[in-house]
Amino acid sequence: MKIEVRGLTKTFGSSNAVGGVSFVVNEGELLGLLGPSGSGKTTVLRLIAGLEVPTSGDIFIDGKRVNDLTVQERNIGFVFQHYALFKHLTVFDNIAFGLKIKKWNRRDIEQRVAELLALMSLDGLGGRYPHQLSGGQRQRVAIARALAPRPSVLLMDEPFGAVDAKVRQELREWLIRLHTDLNVTSLFVTHDQEEAMEVSGRIIVFSKGKLEQAGSPADVYEEPATEFVARFIGSMNIVEGIVRRGQVQVGSLEFPATGFADGQKLQVGFRPYYVKIAEDPARYRQQAKLRHIYFLGVAYRLEIETPDGLILRSRMNKEEFRRCHFIVGQAVSFAVTHFRILPREGTSPSLGTESGSPIAGPLTP
Amino acid sequence: MRWLLIGIVWVYFLVLLVGPILYMASQSFSEGLTAFWTEISRPEALHGFALTAEITLIVLVLNLIFGTLTALVLARQQFWGRSLVSGVIDLPFAVSPVIAGFMLILLFGPDTMLGALFGQAHIKVLFALPAMILATLFVTFPFMVRELTPLLQTLGTEEEEAARTLGAGEWQVFLKVTLPALRWGLVYGATLTVARAIGEFGAVLVVSGNILLLTQTATLHIYQSYVDFNYVAANAVALTLLAVSFAILTVLEIAKARAETTVAEAGAQ
Repeated sequence: MKIEVRGLTKTFGSSNAVGGVSFVVNEGELLGLLGPSGSGKTTVLRLIAGLEVPTSGDIFIDGKRVNDLTVQERNIGFVFQHYALFKHLTVFDNIAFGLKIKKWNRRDIEQRVAELLALMSLDGLGGRYPHQLSGGQRQRVAIARALAPRPSVLLMDEPFGAVDAKVRQELREWLIRLHTDLNVTSLFVTHDQEEAMEVSGRIIVFSKGKLEQAGSPADVYEEPATEFVARFIGSMNIVEGIVRRGQVQVGSLEFPATGFADGQKLQVGFRPYYVKIAEDPARYRQQAKLRHIYFLGVAYRLEIETPDGLILRSRMNKEEFRRCHFIVGQAVSFAVTHFRILPREGTSPSLGTESGSPIAGPLTP
Repeated sequence: MRWLLIGIVWVYFLVLLVGPILYMASQSFSEGLTAFWTEISRPEALHGFALTAEITLIVLVLNLIFGTLTALVLARQQFWGRSLVSGVIDLPFAVSPVIAGFMLILLFGPDTMLGALFGQAHIKVLFALPAMILATLFVTFPFMVRELTPLLQTLGTEEEEAARTLGAGEWQVFLKVTLPALRWGLVYGATLTVARAIGEFGAVLVVSGNILLLTQTATLHIYQSYVDFNYVAANAVALTLLAVSFAILTVLEIAKARAETTVAEAGAQ
């Protein structure tokens, strides 16, 4: 079922946890709410669930305004960050809890629980207690329990926050498969940008109780709408300069910025893999000194310093790296091949969708 | 050195605990098993046991209800005067039971408004069951609250919220989630309450008037028998109460062990 929130605001005391947020989760979608801790994303989830009462704004589930419905009446499935399994109940009774409340008959309960145990790869664990399970199993029991009464939407708060890295990866892939199979409208909260990218069909980025950007993982990554998004998602070089004759000047670097008035201060962002580096000082126009080489496993990160003291990060794949023979401290030449002019915080984001548009473009070396 | 320390502990233990108990047991049976039986089956003794049981049961039920309620409010609600209430809960531990009883005498005396009110309604509070229950409640109140409050704080509210999202109403949440999570704390608190209620003497002595076959509890009966030089009776009733207390203590230890494993399990999660 579709979820929609309009102008959702929640104030705790004098601070705004959520400040006027509007977005839609389409039917059958798996949407990630991404933001740093304290950005209000969990509060949004709790407001939708009915665990918190909004200060203002409306919440619609399946087109119906649910503000006045209690949490019990909203028919949502909620997965808590630390699972919140009932410690005194077995896995079976945990999953059956909601069904017993809804007075299903015993045979239907047994059938539904067995079905979910199979779906969650928890066969044979129905008689165990939560403390006898691994983190990943507890997580799956929590999801099974939430799904058992066939909720109209599934809300998950940091669903993979409490398990270790390897299990987390498995769970992500498993969740994507589960979502493909069940197609239940799902909204999850995470502070992990990689997780949000990998799992969600669409991402909503949050900061300080405000919505920064909504879009596909690729959109959010490639076309960050705000400086915050640019800094929060992935790694990005961000430099600041003043416009002169249609160019943002940052030391010896120049970025075309047609349409911006002279004297205006602008921020320019570019991903590390758009910084090309060569040993040959004549290969690219810009000069710099190689400060550090970091081995990242799948690639290398190089940190260079320009004569103006600007420190930039570059990313290079292994093959390319092996062809060159970099030594820390040596002089290199570099070029920035793609960049974006970032909207200032507080202003409406100007969206350039194609590289080559007035505010984002390739530079000739 | 090590043996010296262990020796001291043993001597202390024998002199203070084992010695008196064994001596009392031997004295109870000094005139034979029949005398022991006669003493504990005497109407005064039986009445004392019954009255103690009655008070204990009523106090236990009231403490289960209001102790849980107080603990819930203290653990979950933020309100004006919360720290005051939390601090004052331990007061009965610090105040002598005799003083507690005396406070009730003053409060329900015929000269006060409260006393006059009950007097007009022909409800006898002092030197009757109500005052004895109130006195015992006063001295046992902290046990339940002290057991449950920290338990509720570590439990948190997530499990309860989870139950709500699954459609459970407030009563269902309480009965199916909160109460089961508190079960060992309840057992522990109940055991302490019962042990203390059975043993209470000072506060009850002051408010009951120690009227034979009316307001004489088992502990008061022991005291009376002793004062009347009926040592066999005092010893026999005391030994019986001691046996009950010992049984309760055993239950308590079992509950404690279970509660600790539950906490360990919870901690492992």
